Amino acid sequence: MSGSLSTSAGAAKGATTMGDRPADVRVRDFKEVDTGLSADEAIAEAERCLQCKKPLCVKGCPVCIDIPAFIREVAEGDFPGAARTLKEQNMLPAICGRVCPQETQCEGACVLGIKETPIRIGALERFVADWERQNGAELPKTARPTGKRVAVVGSGPAGLTAAAELARAGHAVTIFESLHEAGGVLTYGIPAFRLPKDVVKAEINQVLALDVRLKKNYLVGRSVSVDELLGYDAVFLATGAGLPAFMGIPGENLNGVYSANEFLTRVNLMHADAFPEFDTPVLHGGRVAVIGGGNVAMDAARVARRMGAKVFLVYRRREEDMPARRVEVLHAKEEEIEFLTCANPTRILGEGCVSGLECVKMSLCDLDASGRPSPEPIPGSEFTLDVDMVIQAIGTSPNPLLVSLIPGLKRGRRGNVVVDENGRTSIPHVYAGGDIATGAATVIEAMGSAKRAAAAINAMLREE
Amino acid sequence: MKRLYKVELATKLADRVYEYWIHAPQVAHHARAGQFLILRLHETGERIPLTISAVRGDAVRVIFMAVGKTTQELATLRAGDSIKDVAGPLGKPSEIGKYGTCCVIGGGVGIASTPLIAKELKEAGNHVIGIIGARSADLLILEDEMRAICDELYITTDDGSKGVHGFASDVLKGLLNERTINRVWIIGPAIMMKVTSGVTVPYGVKTYVSLNPIMVDGTGMCGSCRVTVGGETKFACVDGPEFDAHQVDFAELMQRQRIYTSQEKVLLERFAEHQCRCGEGGHHHG
Repeated sequence: MSGSLSTSAGAAKGATTMGDRPADVRVRDFKEVDTGLSADEAIAEAERCLQCKKPLCVKGCPVCIDIPAFIREVAEGDFPGAARTLKEQNMLPAICGRVCPQETQCEGACVLGIKETPIRIGALERFVADWERQNGAELPKTARPTGKRVAVVGSGPAGLTAAAELARAGHAVTIFESLHEAGGVLTYGIPAFRLPKDVVKAEINQVLALDVRLKKNYLVGRSVSVDELLGYDAVFLATGAGLPAFMGIPGENLNGVYSANEFLTRVNLMHADAFPEFDTPVLHGGRVAVIGGGNVAMDAARVARRMGAKVFLVYRRREEDMPARRVEVLHAKEEEIEFLTCANPTRILGEGCVSGLECVKMSLCDLDASGRPSPEPIPGSEFTLDVDMVIQAIGTSPNPLLVSLIPGLKRGRRGNVVVDENGRTSIPHVYAGGDIATGAATVIEAMGSAKRAAAAINAMLREE
Repeated sequence: MKRLYKVELATKLADRVYEYWIHAPQVAHHARAGQFLILRLHETGERIPLTISAVRGDAVRVIFMAVGKTTQELATLRAGDSIKDVAGPLGKPSEIGKYGTCCVIGGGVGIASTPLIAKELKEAGNHVIGIIGARSADLLILEDEMRAICDELYITTDDGSKGVHGFASDVLKGLLNERTINRVWIIGPAIMMKVTSGVTVPYGVKTYVSLNPIMVDGTGMCGSCRVTVGGETKFACVDGPEFDAHQVDFAELMQRQRIYTSQEKVLLERFAEHQCRCGEGGHHHG
């Protein structure tokens, strides 16, 4: 994320919560928090757009949506046209409209933001996509079959985006997914109150309707050999950054300590919140500490809250340094998540099960290389938080499994696949995008890198 | 949609112990000794790991004890029924090599894992000794299969109803005193692996155990299956499931296996009630 001060200042304007269900109501279920715009509201919002000749918003969009065009179409009430414009560049608009950090992208660049509030581009994108889903979606045209076979590994945002682009170019695309559901982080990671699962399914089905084959329960490298994979005319690796990091503090393997990935997967993918109607259990903490300050930390905290817990969010820097979207922070606070900032866990206490979290206060004086204050523990300031569950949301790193099995595939220091600006790896017909190439980033950045790689794959396959 | 994961054969081997052959080509074609699969019975089901016990054509064999809700429910399926999801093979294969004399030990339903390991060790040119043990003779499984693979096979029962009256660890101790054993594999309940692997410590024999912690995805994404090996946290699903027995923190493994004991009880009670209501408690296998 960019400089903390500018982000939070811009965000305060961008992060509107006006369509939200009241916090005391929404914490009792997993239904969507933001109810979205009505058609009239969407048109009124679209009419505010200045239709800039040199639109800065488009420059702020990682997938280069023609934002003024789709907004003009909304203003004119031409919702099908707006949907068409969106899907020219982005096959997952209902998802992006909900989870993109618009405040640092399109909306952050909107000139209206200088004097008043920027156009709510994300809300408009979501409105158009939702309208289309409810009124019958139109499939984009695909080119004539080229006879080329492309394997896409992973069905998260990068994999789906690349698959759609490649299928539209006429290639025979097969997506391999190791889980029993497609969607990657959209399915197992982001909770339904932020991204309803029927929305995810509908947009995945749109991609599959372009004649994309989806093979679930296939872990490439295990269920599909590397040789078989490399036998495709082109390969796009989008296996994500799913490997959860743990802090490495004492007590980490006590019962009641989760990675955010595990906690969220149990609830979002396996529906442990509906146990015992669903067979997968998850512990219900009475008092839960979530460690971290990113979107995943906010998601984990808000899920735990919905399961009835009193939730503490422990973050080692200041609130304004949190990498989470501003609106997620606002939502979490509205839902009575208690923020303990400038505090770092040192030890998880308990015999067998968690009984507390020992933390130390952090002093924040000097700015580090990222422009954020470098947190230093204050000696003697240890305190104990009375909790029975701890969720660590301190980041994830690239999935090592497949990429470590491909001989000659160059990897970076953090385990990521090394790619050029077009997603090319060290193996000629193998490309990579999304978190496996960049390290943990946003949905839309993954999609942007997937689009560039798909364009490069298309160019390569045309030349052959 | 094509229903892929059909049960081809369902057999009851012993009290609460079942042998299932499941059509899962992508698993069967790539499975190696020591690996496992994850299955999910239906839309509301849980993902559970099961060791791959054998492979034939497009089918894989799993052998399990019906103790939890999912395994009990699995045991109600008959040939022709389908399983919603099967993913695999998962985990690292066993470290097969030419070591000399190898001992492969299975305890209870853990015997299920031994034929593939013994077979691959044999094919690699080792002298393979099998030790299979159960509480009593009627719970002993895969005896004929192991006898056909191993150069020598020892049988133990806790109650003396067959073979040596005692534990696999007793036989292993005797063998270690008599001759050189270069590698040992032990697969069984955590407590049995802990005790049995303790026997090889003074002899300095490299010993592998196959750990069975709770898993969700089985691909390294959640960390549910984390175990401490040599003071380091490892994920059993991708770093294992086999580890150097002498480095494993068994107490922690056993503690983590109990995380959901009370939830499991709720599921079992509901399942028993459901079985009663539907009158489906008495499927015949065999």
